Amino acid sequence: MGPAGEPIEAVFREERGRLLALLAARFGDLDLAEEVTAEALLAAVEAWPRSGVPREPLAWLATTARRKALDRIRRDATLATKLATLHADADPARRPGLVPEHEHIPDDRLQLMFACCHPALDLDAQTGLTLRYVAGLSTAQIAQAFLVPPATMAQRLTRGKRKIQHSCIPFRVPGPDELEGRLGLVLHVIYLIFTEGYAATGHHDLVRCDLVDEAIRLARILHRLMPGEPRVTGLLALMLLTDARRPARVDGHGIAVSLEDQDRGLWDTSMIDEGTRLATQALTHHPPNSWSVQAAIAALHDEAPTAQETDWHQVRLLYDELFALTPTPVVALNRAIAISWHEGPQAGLDHLEALAGEPSLARQHHWHAARGHTLARLGCHTAAAEAYRRASELAQTPAEIAYLSARAEKYSTPG
Amino acid sequence: MLLIMGFRKGEGMLQPPTSEAPSAEEFMAYQQELGQAGVHVDSGVLDSFEDATQVQVNEAGERLVTNGPFAESREYLGGYQIIDVPDLDAALDWAARCPGAKYGRVEVRPLAEF
Repeated sequence: MGPAGEPIEAVFREERGRLLALLAARFGDLDLAEEVTAEALLAAVEAWPRSGVPREPLAWLATTARRKALDRIRRDATLATKLATLHADADPARRPGLVPEHEHIPDDRLQLMFACCHPALDLDAQTGLTLRYVAGLSTAQIAQAFLVPPATMAQRLTRGKRKIQHSCIPFRVPGPDELEGRLGLVLHVIYLIFTEGYAATGHHDLVRCDLVDEAIRLARILHRLMPGEPRVTGLLALMLLTDARRPARVDGHGIAVSLEDQDRGLWDTSMIDEGTRLATQALTHHPPNSWSVQAAIAALHDEAPTAQETDWHQVRLLYDELFALTPTPVVALNRAIAISWHEGPQAGLDHLEALAGEPSLARQHHWHAARGHTLARLGCHTAAAEAYRRASELAQTPAEIAYLSARAEKYSTPG
Repeated sequence: MLLIMGFRKGEGMLQPPTSEAPSAEEFMAYQQELGQAGVHVDSGVLDSFEDATQVQVNEAGERLVTNGPFAESREYLGGYQIIDVPDLDAALDWAARCPGAKYGRVEVRPLAEF
């Protein structure tokens, strides 16, 4: 049992990530970091039941891992030459092997995140490496979550890791002039992991839903390491406020439930409270960023007792603001939906029709579903049924297909 | 290694952000900065790609010599800089300061270690 009574495995989940980040930053070698992290954890499993869990488990693990890394470097001449070419660490106290066990162990996961989400890597590698090394998922788990064969994922990770090593991508937090753009990439990767998992809820596929938890966990780590960064706070708030609705998103028959029809009593109030608090905090920073504006919109939905009672005026204003920040077709679509609630279905439909030429929207079910919904509210049942049918053909998850087909059926029935 | 690439002009070709080629003075100034920072290892400027000659050797060991650059290529190598820097971010900083980045693009490649 750990210091607070938790089992050794629970200590490991958190410490493993920090340990790996620490070693990767020190030695600039992910393979070496991974191997000695595993060895140090194994040593702990053997030693701790006999000697008891040390007062500072991470310090114990870090010292053990560093010792093992140095042993390896001494044994392996090639590795030694390679590491000797790395620029020397300026601070002698941070040199491997010279750190006393009681020192404050820095959390290097931020450095690791920036390395994994470096713009020199493609998006597939960025998401894969972040889940593998920062979140600590296995290659098989990531492959399953992204619905690709394990060999494909392994290759993707190897290629990414190779690029980090060969082109010397640094394990470092970028300087102030670069931070804006680079942090944007990290947030994008975390949100992509979230949406990948969130879109799959209702698949009855627990591994995919796990991506949602992993994304929130990554955002929490990032928030702890960058507490004053409003974009990080905004992203964490947005994910909490969205995931709070998870229990109500799919009914007992595996059919998706629209926001309007969800049983709001099932929503997770503690997540809503935390998310709302963080969203408010993020919004006090000026100028606003797209993450906190999205979080504010999610908060307005979450605090409304029914869809009708939502502060649609405020939601619409926030979508105006969001569109000014990120003028994408998807934001325009959501803004049109807000207008359909605020000004009425005809105004909403006009805005939706204005987006008819957007190829990215025409290929996805959301635009067609929104059109169907608005047409149904206007009493144009035949056109609504047609739009819902098109949406059901484009939807990806069984829960959504079932919901949209049912809608198409409902409005095509005469009377 | 920084490979300084230029775009070939013509139908369907990528066009540089600005049409004006960087001046020799700009490159000289850049060269000087690299030297002062102590990161410069080697560099070279290539003459016009129109003066290029291609050589290929086939399986029978025969030479095939043709005039000009590879017709399909949309870009040409204009020059290179070899710099000694600790990591990719430092290399990218130097690449971004290269006058060639404004008129074409600069490809950053690590030199392989043997």
